[in-house]
Amino acid sequence: MFAYYLDLALRSLKRSPGLTALMVLAIGFGVAASMTSWSVFRAVSGDPIPWKSAQLFVPQIDNWGPSNNPLSQGEPPNAMDYADATALMRDHRAKLQSAMYQISPSVVPAEATKHPINVSGHAVYGEFFPMLDVPFQYGSGWGASDDTNRAQVVVISSKLNQKLFGGANSVGKSVNIESHDYRVVGVLKDWNPQPRFYDVVNSGGFNSQSDDVFLPFLTAIQANMQNDGNTNCNAVPKESGFVGLQHSECVWIAYMAELDDASAVSTYRNYLQGYAREQQQNGRFGWAPNNRLRNLPAWLDNQHVVPSDTKVSLLVALGLLLVCLVNTIGLLLAKFLRRSAEIGVRRALGAPRMAIYAQFLTEAGIVGVAGGVLGLLLTCAGVASVGWVMPKDIAALARLDVSLLLLTLLVAVVATMLAGLYPTYRASRVQPAWQLKSN
Amino acid sequence: MTIQIKPVLTALRRHKAGTVLITLQIALTLAIVCNALFIIHARLANLGEASGVDESSVFVIRNQWAAEWPTAQVDAQVQADLLALRQLPAVRDATPANGYPLQGGGWDNFVTLTPEQTQPVTDSAVYLGDEHFIDTLGLKLVAGRNFRPDEVMVMGTQQAITPSTVIVSQALADRLFPDGNALGKSFYAMGATPSTIIGVVDTLHRQGVSQWNKAFTGQSLIWPIRSADSRGLYYIVRAKPGQLAAAMREAPKALYAQSRLRIIDAKDGLQDYATIRHKVFDSDRGMAILMGIICAVLLAITAAGIVGLTSFWVGQRRKQIGVRRALGARQRDILAYFLTENFLISAAGVALGVVLAYAFNLWTVTRFALDHMSLAYVGVGVIVLLLLGQGAVLAPALRASRVSPVEATRSV
Repeated sequence: MFAYYLDLALRSLKRSPGLTALMVLAIGFGVAASMTSWSVFRAVSGDPIPWKSAQLFVPQIDNWGPSNNPLSQGEPPNAMDYADATALMRDHRAKLQSAMYQISPSVVPAEATKHPINVSGHAVYGEFFPMLDVPFQYGSGWGASDDTNRAQVVVISSKLNQKLFGGANSVGKSVNIESHDYRVVGVLKDWNPQPRFYDVVNSGGFNSQSDDVFLPFLTAIQANMQNDGNTNCNAVPKESGFVGLQHSECVWIAYMAELDDASAVSTYRNYLQGYAREQQQNGRFGWAPNNRLRNLPAWLDNQHVVPSDTKVSLLVALGLLLVCLVNTIGLLLAKFLRRSAEIGVRRALGAPRMAIYAQFLTEAGIVGVAGGVLGLLLTCAGVASVGWVMPKDIAALARLDVSLLLLTLLVAVVATMLAGLYPTYRASRVQPAWQLKSN
Repeated sequence: MTIQIKPVLTALRRHKAGTVLITLQIALTLAIVCNALFIIHARLANLGEASGVDESSVFVIRNQWAAEWPTAQVDAQVQADLLALRQLPAVRDATPANGYPLQGGGWDNFVTLTPEQTQPVTDSAVYLGDEHFIDTLGLKLVAGRNFRPDEVMVMGTQQAITPSTVIVSQALADRLFPDGNALGKSFYAMGATPSTIIGVVDTLHRQGVSQWNKAFTGQSLIWPIRSADSRGLYYIVRAKPGQLAAAMREAPKALYAQSRLRIIDAKDGLQDYATIRHKVFDSDRGMAILMGIICAVLLAITAAGIVGLTSFWVGQRRKQIGVRRALGARQRDILAYFLTENFLISAAGVALGVVLAYAFNLWTVTRFALDHMSLAYVGVGVIVLLLLGQGAVLAPALRASRVSPVEATRSV
């Protein structure tokens, strides 16, 4: 019976090619627009570390106070100053934790003929690597003793390893960074999570350029390696230089801690409260403790990592799809009711209402499939050219994969079938007697 | 010719579903098109923001040092670099800087009028440069004077110094001293000591273009400071008219000849203002294009939908049209009938659409902090959709008007 309906539907669609083309085009464009926007939205709103994001927390401590931070509406600064970050590291109350700051040192290649190159990276504590499940190609991160001893060690990206050592296992070799020699202890696999969740304040979330070097935090401080990220101050530092920055209340350090269960979270919350109260008592803070402890998804949301442009585009594209569907309902209605006479004959010859439903939904389904195929092609074109209309760092994340293609087809077919429901209902209600009489 | 509205309404009552669907489609289209137009216009306005810079002949070099030098040595190198740049035949002038207009983000300070004040009056972008800054960028000095060479201070890495003189943009001067005459007045920009305004420049855009910066548009200050940061600095260079390309070729060579211990990134170490402007407004341009495409597709689909449904109605009513023609209706009466019908439907659609458009705008205002939409966009949207409807219905209506009266006599 289905084959027969298929045949009927194809004949009917062929009879009015203009109307059919119109419906297919509408569905195709509507689906492609929403799927292209969806691919971008999916890419930027994705969880960069889904297996662990609920255990990763970003503590914030208000070291400026309510009056010194007029535009923040009571929110503490979104980064830490040196005193608080190092105090939290010293107390070491979470299972794993790391303070970090962005660096941009120059690396001098071994061959004298080559120019020094500028690389970006972060100064972190050794626990950074196990906490974030950073994948290693060779070697590993460094231990707690390397942190405290300010060891001259470095973890480099596979890209930098390729550039400096031709991709060979370089563990144990030395790299000249800002005219000091550092021993390579680990080489990462390709690792450039998007958003760059461990330091969204400096990356704005998305950054196509990966981090190439990771140095021990205290080693970098001792080497006078400047902060390359944002520095926010509520007052000009009293002393000059990098040391002056470390003694100031300026915030420039990101912090992340792993807390595995609810009790660990509440213990840590209490600890932060106690720490801030202590600062209040010893006179550094002239205000009551004002801390935050957000897990990673809440933090990304708080920092507006998903650009509102992306959300607005998705909404508008969904609106377009809705209009296309309303359009399809109208056209299908016209198309189906034009055949009232034919329906009357079928019904008079004994076809039940269900048969009419099956016949016309088949027809709607075919329009949906055709629209879906067109939508697939347009989605491919859309995703390929999204870099033309969206910022490069974000556009580069939009990917075409099997799930997106299947979703495109599914949305097209399901939406068209839904759009076909009302016209089919009307078709099934056609009174055979009336139709037969009027002709 | 009088147009009868009542028979049109009566007929529409027999096509409730179709009428409702077209009305809904027009309403949704209007709602989306208005908001999209609004976004497009806002973004295009951003693209045209004046920077104050002589953009056709200015370029920026991002110079990073590849060695750890003490402040004095960095400053000696910076001075040597500037001398070399200014002597190039294609170069008119050059200045050291900590950032440049339309950079995408950079240094800004809160501004207060007294040191005790905790609530700042406003926020100002902070530019550091020497006495060549104004000429290099091509800024227009509208009041006061330029810096003297002896006023220029040297600032090492993370060093906090507050010069006693400052040149401000007109926008900042107006914000701080609304009654005019800002010259000679002083203010505090997060320092312990005040800076006195010695000059005012016409337009000087901030480094940032983000939503946050919008509240402080054009509010910038220039401090007479030569940066000797051990990380690096920017050199802003102004080529002689028509010699931008030559200057951009010569400048890096001249710098490398001074010292090789520097990094000028091959990808974005050297940028002219066309590139800078293009890059900073990337997302604005993209959003405008995207909304433009969506508007076009939406209007095309709605027009096609009207053509499709009206054609169906014409086909369905051939007999009735024949009867009307046989009873004496002229071709243009039939045409008028369908145009009126479409106008009534479109009018209902845009009425509903105006409500939807405002509701959507209100929602984006609260959810995404966008601005309120002005009435003009709705007006334009309404006119566009009414014209679109009449245009779309014309072809099927003309076909209807050509139905022969003979049709009335045919049984099928």
